[in-house]
Amino acid sequence: MNKLHWKIGTILGLLILSFWLLYPSVEWYTKTNDDRAKTEAMRMRPKRILNLGLDLRGGTHMLLELDVEKLDKKEKVYDAMTRAIEIIRNRIDQYGVGETPISRQGDRWISVDLPGISNTEEAENLIGKTALLEFRLVNTSNEAQAVLSKIDGMDNPPFDKAGALAPEIAKMMPKSTILCKAAAGSEGDTRARYYVLEATVPVTGAYLENARVSTDQQFGTPSISFTFNKEGGRLFEQFTGANVNKFLAIVLDGVVHSAPVIKSRIGGGSGVIEGSFTMEEARNLAIILRAGALPAPVNIIEKRVVGPGLGEDSIKKGLGASLAGFIIVVVFMMIYYKGGGFIADVALGLNFVLLMAAMSYFSATLTLPGIAGMILAMAMAIDANVLILERMREELHLSKPVAMVIPTGYDKAWSAILDSNVTTWIAAIFLFQFGSGPVKGFAVTLTIGLLIGMFTSVFVTRAIYEFWLTSNPKELSI
Amino acid sequence: MITLLPKTNIDFVKKRFIFFTISGIVSLIGIISLATKGLDLGLDFTGGTLVQVKFEKPIEISAIRKALEASGMEAGIQTFTGENSYALKIKGAQQNVNEIADKMGAALKAIPGNSFTEEKRDFVGPVVGRDLSKKAIFAILLSMFGIIIYIAFRFSNPVWGAAGVVGILHDVFVTLTAMSLANREVDLVVVAAFLTIAGYSINDTIVIFDRMRENMRNFPKMPMGQLINMSINECLSRTIITTFTVFITVLILYLFGGTGINNFAFAMLIGTITGVYSTIFICSPIVYQWEHRPK
Repeated sequence: MNKLHWKIGTILGLLILSFWLLYPSVEWYTKTNDDRAKTEAMRMRPKRILNLGLDLRGGTHMLLELDVEKLDKKEKVYDAMTRAIEIIRNRIDQYGVGETPISRQGDRWISVDLPGISNTEEAENLIGKTALLEFRLVNTSNEAQAVLSKIDGMDNPPFDKAGALAPEIAKMMPKSTILCKAAAGSEGDTRARYYVLEATVPVTGAYLENARVSTDQQFGTPSISFTFNKEGGRLFEQFTGANVNKFLAIVLDGVVHSAPVIKSRIGGGSGVIEGSFTMEEARNLAIILRAGALPAPVNIIEKRVVGPGLGEDSIKKGLGASLAGFIIVVVFMMIYYKGGGFIADVALGLNFVLLMAAMSYFSATLTLPGIAGMILAMAMAIDANVLILERMREELHLSKPVAMVIPTGYDKAWSAILDSNVTTWIAAIFLFQFGSGPVKGFAVTLTIGLLIGMFTSVFVTRAIYEFWLTSNPKELSI
Repeated sequence: MITLLPKTNIDFVKKRFIFFTISGIVSLIGIISLATKGLDLGLDFTGGTLVQVKFEKPIEISAIRKALEASGMEAGIQTFTGENSYALKIKGAQQNVNEIADKMGAALKAIPGNSFTEEKRDFVGPVVGRDLSKKAIFAILLSMFGIIIYIAFRFSNPVWGAAGVVGILHDVFVTLTAMSLANREVDLVVVAAFLTIAGYSINDTIVIFDRMRENMRNFPKMPMGQLINMSINECLSRTIITTFTVFITVLILYLFGGTGINNFAFAMLIGTITGVYSTIFICSPIVYQWEHRPK
C-alpha cells in the first residue's frame, strides 16, 4: 500500500459514508406526503436528515417577546424564559404538530417555527395565551353595584387602550378590588359585562393537575373540567367552605368566564369552567391549562407566514434553476478543458454528494438562500479547478513532461485557492449571528461547501491525476 | 486545446485614469440616486407588514394600487422578474397583520376578471427591525475588517489589503446603486448577497495579487507597471472563464429562480460584473498608483 492507495481509499470510503448518511433523507423525501405526516404523528421522524426551511415547505415563523415587566418580581428572567419555552413546547406537542424547533434568542425572545401551518390564528391563540387561571370572590357591596351601573350608563368602555381604568371609575372602586370584563356571551348580547372582584387570589391554576373537555349531557355544549392536585384541592375546599352563598368568579387571563354561587363546601378537588366555547376552543383551552400558565404574557414581535404553494414553487424553481446552471457549467468544462474538465466535473459531483451528506448528518436546514450558498460554494470549487488547469496549460507551453506539469500546476495554484477560500469564508462566518431562518441557511451551506470544495477540487482531482499518471501517459488532455 | 484568448498583452495600467473616471461617474450617480431616491429597505430593517399575492393572469400595478387606495390603503408594491406575484408592503404598520392581510384581500377581490392566491404574510415588529439592522451592519463591518487583516497578513503589505478593500467597497456600492436605481428591495437576503459579492470581489483580486507576488519573486527588477500588466494578462483567461461560469448560474437563478431569490440574484448579477471590473481596473492600478506616489 503506497500513499496513492491511501488517498483513493479515503475518497472511496468518504463516498460510501456519504451514501450511508444520505440514505435516510432520500428515503424520507421519496415518501408520499401522507406517509410522512403519519410517521411524524407517531414521532418516528428520523433524526439525522436534511430539513427543509419554512421558505421551502411553507409554514409559520414567530418571534415572541416575554413581557418581563409583568413578571413576578421574585422570578429571575432567565428561569422564567426557560419555563416559558418549556410550557410553549408542551402546548405545541399536545396540539400535535410535527417537528417544531423552539429556541431562545437573546435575553427575552423565543423563536417558534411551525412547519406546514399557514393558518396561524389558531396557533397564535395556542401559543400567545398566558393561561393564568384564577378563582376570585365577586364583590357584591353597594359601592360595587354603583360602579357597574355607572359603567352601564357610559358610552365608552371603562378601560383605555393600555388597559388602565378610566379615572372616574377608578375613584369609585371599593377598596382592594379589581374590575374584570366578562367573556362575550351568546349571540345578540353585544354589550360587554363587567364584574367587581376581590383583589386577593386564594387559588390559581398553578394547582391544576389535569384539564379536559367535557360536554353537557343535555345540549352537547363543550366545557372544561379540571382537577386540582392534593394541595390545591385542600385550599379550594377551605376557601369554598368559608364563603358559602357568595359568588365565585373563574377568571382566565383577566376575563371572567363564569361566576356561579357557592352552594356548599366543594370537596374532591375538581370543577368545571363553563362558557360559550366552540369545541375547538374548548380543546385548545384544555391543552393550555394542562401545559400550565406562562410566567408572564408574551407578545408576537415577528411573524412570517409562507403559504404551501409558494414553498413548493420556490423549491421547484430554485432546484430547477440550480440544476440548469450546474449542467451548463459541467458541459462547458468538458468542452473547454476536455479530460481535465471531466475530472473537475467528477470532483464537482462528489462535492455535491458530500455536501448533502454533511448537511443531513448535522440535520441542517436547507433554505432558498441556502441553495444559493451551495451554488456559490460550487462555483468557488470550479474556480479552483480553473486555476489549476490554467496553470497546467502554462506549464505545458513550456514543454515540460506531463509528470511534472501536474504537480507544478497544483503547487502554483494552491496559494491563490487557499487565500480566496479563506476570504470568502471570513465574509460568510459573520452571517451565523442571524440566529435562524433563511440567512443562516446561506451561511451554513456556504461555509460547509467551501471546506468540502477545497477537499474535492484539490485533493480529489490530484489523486485522480496521480492514479492516471501510474499508466505513464505521454499526453495531457486539457 | 481550445483557448478563449490568444496570449494578450493589454496595457491596463496606462489606461487607469479612464477607469478611475468611469468608476467616479458611477459612484456619483450612486450618491445622487441614494440621496434622492434612497434605498428601498425591506421589512427586516424597517418593521411593518407585507402580503405577497400571486395573480392568475398578468395585471397592471396601477390596477392593484387603485384597488388598495379604494379601501384607503397605501402600500409599496414590488414586482418580480417573470412572475405575476406582487409584494404589497406597509412600512411601520403596528396593526394586526391578519387584519391588514384580510383587508387587502378584500380590496383585491374587487379587481374584475382576475383571481389571486396569498403566498406570504409577514409582520416584523420595530424592535426586531432595529436588531436585524444592527446585526447586518456588524456583519458587513466585521467581515471587511477580517478580510483586511487576513490579506495584510498573507501579502505582508497593508497597501494591498487596503486596495482589495477599496475594490470590495466599490463593488458593494455599485450594487447598492443598482438596487436603488432598479427600485429593488434590500432585505436580509440581499445583505447576504452583499457579503458574497465582497467575498467574490476579493477572491478575484487575490488571484491577481497572488500572481503579482509570484512574478515579483521571479522578476525582482521588473518595473511595477510592467509587472502588474503581465500578471493581469496572464490571469485574464482564468478571470473570464470563472466569471462566465458564475454569471451563467446567477443569470439562470435570476430568470427562473422564483420570487424568493429574485432580488438576491439581481444583486449577484451586478456584483459579479463589477467584481471583475474592479479587480482589473481598480485594485491593481491602485497598487501601482501607491508605489508611484509623489514622494
